[in-house]
Amino acid sequence: MIRIISILVGLFFTTALLWSFGNGAAAFIAEPPVATVEHEFHKHPKEVHFASDGAFGKFDHQQLQRGFQVYKEVCAACHSLRHVAFRDLAALGYNEDEVKAIAKGFEIPAYNPATGEVKTSPGTSTDYFPPVAYGGQGSPPDLSLITKARHDGAAYTYSLLTGYGPQPAELLKQFPEAKTPEGLHFNPYFANLNIAMPAPITSDGQVTYADGTKATVDQMSKDVSAFLIWTAEPKLDKRKQTGWAVLGFLLFATVLAYMAYRNIWAGKKGH
Amino acid sequence: MSFPWANEYKPQAPLMQWLDEKLPLPRFVYNAIGAGYPVPRNLNYMWNFGVLAGFCLVIQIVTGVILAMHYAANAGVAFDSVEHIMRDVNWGWMMRYAHANGASAFFVVVYLHIFRGFFYGSYKAPREMIWLLGVVIFLLMMATAFMGYVLPWGQMSFWGAKVITGLFGAIPLVGEPIQTWLLGGFAPDNAALNRFFSLHFLLPFVIAAVVVLHIWALHIPGSSNPTGVEVKSESDTVPFHPYYTAKDGFGLGVFLIGYCALLFFAPNALGHPDNYIPANPLSTPAHIVPEWYFWPFYAILRAFTYDFFFIPAKLMGVLAMFGAILVWFFLPWLDRSPVRSGHYRPLFRKFFWFGLIPAMAVLFYCGGAPAEEPYVMLSQIASLYYFAHFLIILPVVSAIERPTALPYSITEAVLGQDEGSVLAPAAVPHSA
Repeated sequence: MIRIISILVGLFFTTALLWSFGNGAAAFIAEPPVATVEHEFHKHPKEVHFASDGAFGKFDHQQLQRGFQVYKEVCAACHSLRHVAFRDLAALGYNEDEVKAIAKGFEIPAYNPATGEVKTSPGTSTDYFPPVAYGGQGSPPDLSLITKARHDGAAYTYSLLTGYGPQPAELLKQFPEAKTPEGLHFNPYFANLNIAMPAPITSDGQVTYADGTKATVDQMSKDVSAFLIWTAEPKLDKRKQTGWAVLGFLLFATVLAYMAYRNIWAGKKGH
Repeated sequence: MSFPWANEYKPQAPLMQWLDEKLPLPRFVYNAIGAGYPVPRNLNYMWNFGVLAGFCLVIQIVTGVILAMHYAANAGVAFDSVEHIMRDVNWGWMMRYAHANGASAFFVVVYLHIFRGFFYGSYKAPREMIWLLGVVIFLLMMATAFMGYVLPWGQMSFWGAKVITGLFGAIPLVGEPIQTWLLGGFAPDNAALNRFFSLHFLLPFVIAAVVVLHIWALHIPGSSNPTGVEVKSESDTVPFHPYYTAKDGFGLGVFLIGYCALLFFAPNALGHPDNYIPANPLSTPAHIVPEWYFWPFYAILRAFTYDFFFIPAKLMGVLAMFGAILVWFFLPWLDRSPVRSGHYRPLFRKFFWFGLIPAMAVLFYCGGAPAEEPYVMLSQIASLYYFAHFLIILPVVSAIERPTALPYSITEAVLGQDEGSVLAPAAVPHSA
């Protein structure tokens, strides 16, 4: 009895699936899906290497400081960094006085519940990066977690920063209606190809690096991407370092466990 | 219950003798997972995953309780409190990554444990109750994992909660009130987040209780084994300790190496980037996908794209998705072959390796892929096979199949001969 019911239930589900499949296939043949401009012209991020890549990768503190400088002088105009506190910057190699000086350069708004006033005062090292008021088109995302919040992380931010350019003639020929609208900017690395952010890093020497590194567009984009890996995952170095210690121990313990296992089973054939 | 030749617990130290009189907890442990539990001597590595699943539950409870000390279940601050754990709590990043990847590890070992059961017929009499309790554990795990994924209150948390609770909206007539009641509102918000946190904390302990029942039920008939032949004599078994504690120790080491490699070197590989974007009810992600361990069932849900007679496609998908797991409850009565192990079932084995496994692989892949062709059609074919396998093929195969010869006993399977089997035919007169 249960088998008859089971076969009937099975036929019910399989027929319903065949029905969906048949209708879907017919619709697919009658109206094949048309290629979209995003599908044809969206590009995967470029291949780019960072010091922190791989199981042995570590942050390059010089690069993180340069990246921070790019953030401060370029990105910070529109993008906040709300999960990062100034004290965290000590991890980039800044000493206490330098951290204090950096914090002082930012105005921190504080709401006074007694008067209802919002007063700003210079930051201290325990403050977090302040919110950024932005009145233009689009909504600049907070950058603290951006390299973990996008597929391919830092390779994506690097590609986006260096990927601006005119729309290819081929695109306009194939999709005449896909012309980048007024106020947006073409970037093949952005999901829908048109981004509100104008190219932020445009010319060599836009930032003057303290360590003498030549500030090319490529270098600045790479440095700020490296910095954003750090803001998203400040414990990365510690994590990998711990990981190797743990794996070393586990390898040792597993070899011992295997030997104990073989030893105990030595008298019993088959296991 | 146990086999008559099981070792007996004999405490030597006065303290242990005293304890054994007042509360025989050591005796209980000894008989459950110690030298007092005789286990078939021929278990292969597929029998390691039960212990590993238990270990995963412990990892999840320990890391989860610690995370709960620092997490705040309030829609306004939940996302930030997770970042607080990642940045400012001592070893908080490790606890969170251990917990998030621990869920994945738990599902990996549980899926392997379940597929072990599928192949070796572990669900068959006299072990039906172990199997039923196991399916209950799996359902509880799915509920727990789903609610846990909502807690960081990122984009996938929010939209996942919306999609999954939306499934209840497919129920005719009462669907929408039920959905509103479950969420405590018309969309996921503080009320939903709070109750999900409460239940996410509670359910693991319910799972632990059902695990106790699962093991209790296991100890009545004893463990199954790769031949599917029941234990006949003492030479078929070895005591759990030290034989299987040693083997499980090695298995645990291998498991931990894989788990820790993931945790420390690719902790976000199995997650979705969108969950690092704070929940935003006004912005729908391009592709809403659940965590990987739900993909096969998500693929089945989305495979129903056209209304079937008077049944809306969405309701059909919901019925099928829940049906896909509920059918496991009936497995002991659908597969009536008296032979347990797939090793001795040539026809069943073909359908298992060339039907069920590829269909599950396709469903896993398609559930994570966007809802477009060819993934929809592929998941329709794979879902079709999935239902046909359990509901049509298994009952028919078990009726028509001719199994190959079984060994006389576990001992014979391992050593090539068993004194019992040699004596038995010799006792029969040759005239026969």
